[in-house]
Amino acid sequence: MEQTLTTTMTVNGTQVTRNVPPRQHLVDFLREELGLTGSHLGCEHGVCGACTIRVNGEIVRGCLMLAVQANGCRVDTIEGLSDSKELEKLQGAFHRRNALQCGFCTPGMLMAAQDLIRSGKKATREEIRAHISGNYCRCTGYQAIVDAIEEVMQAEVNHG
Amino acid sequence: MGKAELPLHAPGTQVDKGYIGQSVPRPNAQRLLQGRGTFTDDLRFPRLAHVAFFRSPYAHARIKRLDFSKALKQPGVIGVFDGRAVAEYCKPWVAVLAHLKGIKSPPQHAIAIERACWQGEACAAVVAESRSQAEDAVQLIEADWEELPVVVDMEEALQGKTVIHRDLGDNVCFKREHDTGGVDEIFAKAEVVVEDTFHFGRHTGVCLEGRAILADYNAAEHSLTVYHATQAPHMMQDIFSRHLGIPEANVRVIAKDIGGSYGIKVHVYPDEMAAAALSVMLRRPVKFLADRLESFLSDIHAREHRARVRLACTKSGEILAFELDDLTAIGPYSVYPRTSGIEGNQVVNLTGGPYKHQKYRGRTNVVFTNKNVTCQYRAVGHPIAVALTEGIVDLAAQKLGMDPAQFRKVNLIPDDAYPYTFPSGLKFEKLSHHKALDLLLKITEYDKLRAEQSRLRKQRIYRGIGLAAMIEVTNPSPAFYGVGGARISAQDGATLRLEPTGMVTVLCSVTEQGQGTEGIFAQIAASAVGVSMDKVKVITGDTGVTPYGGGTWASRGAGIGGEAVLLAGRALRSNMLDVASKILNLDKAELDIRDNAVINKLSLERKLELAELGRIGYFRPDTLPVDFQSELTVTRHYTPRQYGFTITNGIQASLVEVDPQTGFVKLLKHWCVEDSGTVINPMLVDEQIRGGVVQGIGAALYEECLYGPDGQLLNGNMADYLVPMSGEMPDIVCAHIETPTLQSQLGAKGVGEAGTAGAPAAVMNAINDALAPLGARVTRMPFTPERILQALKKV
Repeated sequence: MEQTLTTTMTVNGTQVTRNVPPRQHLVDFLREELGLTGSHLGCEHGVCGACTIRVNGEIVRGCLMLAVQANGCRVDTIEGLSDSKELEKLQGAFHRRNALQCGFCTPGMLMAAQDLIRSGKKATREEIRAHISGNYCRCTGYQAIVDAIEEVMQAEVNHG
Repeated sequence: MGKAELPLHAPGTQVDKGYIGQSVPRPNAQRLLQGRGTFTDDLRFPRLAHVAFFRSPYAHARIKRLDFSKALKQPGVIGVFDGRAVAEYCKPWVAVLAHLKGIKSPPQHAIAIERACWQGEACAAVVAESRSQAEDAVQLIEADWEELPVVVDMEEALQGKTVIHRDLGDNVCFKREHDTGGVDEIFAKAEVVVEDTFHFGRHTGVCLEGRAILADYNAAEHSLTVYHATQAPHMMQDIFSRHLGIPEANVRVIAKDIGGSYGIKVHVYPDEMAAAALSVMLRRPVKFLADRLESFLSDIHAREHRARVRLACTKSGEILAFELDDLTAIGPYSVYPRTSGIEGNQVVNLTGGPYKHQKYRGRTNVVFTNKNVTCQYRAVGHPIAVALTEGIVDLAAQKLGMDPAQFRKVNLIPDDAYPYTFPSGLKFEKLSHHKALDLLLKITEYDKLRAEQSRLRKQRIYRGIGLAAMIEVTNPSPAFYGVGGARISAQDGATLRLEPTGMVTVLCSVTEQGQGTEGIFAQIAASAVGVSMDKVKVITGDTGVTPYGGGTWASRGAGIGGEAVLLAGRALRSNMLDVASKILNLDKAELDIRDNAVINKLSLERKLELAELGRIGYFRPDTLPVDFQSELTVTRHYTPRQYGFTITNGIQASLVEVDPQTGFVKLLKHWCVEDSGTVINPMLVDEQIRGGVVQGIGAALYEECLYGPDGQLLNGNMADYLVPMSGEMPDIVCAHIETPTLQSQLGAKGVGEAGTAGAPAAVMNAINDALAPLGARVTRMPFTPERILQALKKV
């Protein structure tokens, strides 16, 4: 049998403990062990951004981090941030503006976008484009995504 | 026919369009936004087995020996199978079509037997309890190979010194020549002749979700349920049935959420057929997911063309003739069942497309090589034909010293010339080239752009403006595939059912991969029946429940599926009014349905809520006359037949800045004016056009599957194969002309491929416009900085 390491992490607010093969990456762990299938695998070599998740508050490529490295960490996924309503505004803006088509990139895209929103910075369109440049979308022309993020950022800045 | 039954494009029907023409958000996007969609890899099945493939490391080699003994001993391994074992369960195929005269291809097996013909061809399959166990065991398969001569260059393939498939005699899969006659005479005496040769890099779709299939065979029923990331569930149902020997009625194909397709997921892939066959062999569910590296090696590629094009015109700039000599390489097999002859064929059909010349000769040679297979990818043939046409048109304008917009104005087919037969034989119902050009010049502020360009040139800032007019194939009739013997449906069907609660359920054979198909069907159904959109539920992508149909390809979803939904919606409304008239004891002609209720047509008074109509129709039909039976489910079908294709048109413009020091191209802005007939949802149409433009920009600037002389793919991963990311992409302005097709009530033409069709040409022309004062010109896509510096003779 493959050797495993006992790993404990807090996923979307719930503590989980599993015996994890050291080679399993974090997104495979989330998808296969926990059934959290919202984080997607697009390339498994750290380029496409579909597996972007949040570990201890920082966005990471879930395919470039091993599950055992998340031992003791807090992990947030699209499912958790949807239920906590943290992503509500972005999700609303993405929906109204059709900033998604097939939706495969969308969870990762929202994680990256929320990272920028949380920074509290008022970014220009060019800066928004740069911030999501690690997230590949083949369907849209990116423009509606930029529009949606800009809209939410504008509202946050005006509000705050 | 009441007012509301008139075609949507009839005069005076504006008020009855309902949701049609409105930018309504897609209801089905909500689940995707929360990561709660169901892509094939999200499904969980008991006893699920996973298959991984041992793929050929060579582009052409004989398989002398395969040794599975070590792989079989690995933990979790259920079985290891070679091509012969799988062939017992899956018949091979030959991808030819009768109307592509002379097309030939050898039989292809799910798993290669004896010989591998491209690097990445599956040569053995490992089935294991987990994907990682299957992949581990693949590494332990031992093979002895005898390398065979490799054909990678398409000119060499055409010469045929080395023949890949000896039984076929040569490397030519298909050739076509079309000649109006009189071409040589025109060129011999023409005042102006321009000629150039263009090269197009082989590239691929790079769907973010890799190909995915989960086949679940039930031995007791001899039935197969396939969860498949496919654009054409009914086509696949037929294929699985015929090749696996299962009655068609026992095969069900379900396409749930699909992570991008663009034509990639409409073909028969050997590894997917093997996965289905393994499910039958092992009598348990089997899943295959192509990982990214496998995707580059085995998803269809497209567009490897070399084409020489000539144009003859008068001194005053009137185009007289085009001549085309196209060569394209498709890998070692024509792809089943659509064949790989279609792209070359479309290049012949479409070259010269927007213009009014009368003489044309076009030729394509489609040849086999030892690279991955190519087949139909978004905008099939269009990006090639549009770039050839628009590239040579710009060269002619440059030679004459005419402005490119003015040159087009002189030559575009007039807007009042329709119906029109194009020299290639295509028939145009009604196009709007001049309206589109005028609108483009207006939204680009063309004159201002030109003035700014010349001002900046003095400061040695090299900006270019590129135009690309295009014609586009949409809403294909059975003339595309059916006449050639392919069991690919050109018709689609929609079933609409009033539920007892007053909800309307729509079942349609066209599938959704994110374009918004389900959203527009909800808009059409709600408008046709007279309910609000929240009362409509749309189901697609399941051969077990939807009417029979072709699915999603060739820009047909809205135009064909949408029409079926409209017809079914109108029929359902009529049937609902029959029931209402019995309940209310009023003349049907006095009634209509609006805002979820039966109303009096004149007074607009609400007479009966639809939930009440449903309640009586389903639970208290005893209260209706004994000779009356309510029919609250209707099905309608639609096939376009008057034209081979509903050809439409558009025009794009690109504004770029080229840095002559680095060869980098900065995309400043892009515009697209498109005539897609009736626009059902402008927001969805615009973002689909933008996505298409960005794919076309990828072809123009970044994307190419590079092969070494030994047929090895050199950049088959996302780090080395560049795709457009948000940082480099410009804002894209969309505008519309609406010339509805009169073949249907809805009047919608296709739009899905427009962006991809024209963007490469527009970007190419913009780059060449920027480079013109420097005496440089590029004609080999993608236009990498290196190629631009070569054109500038700096490297």
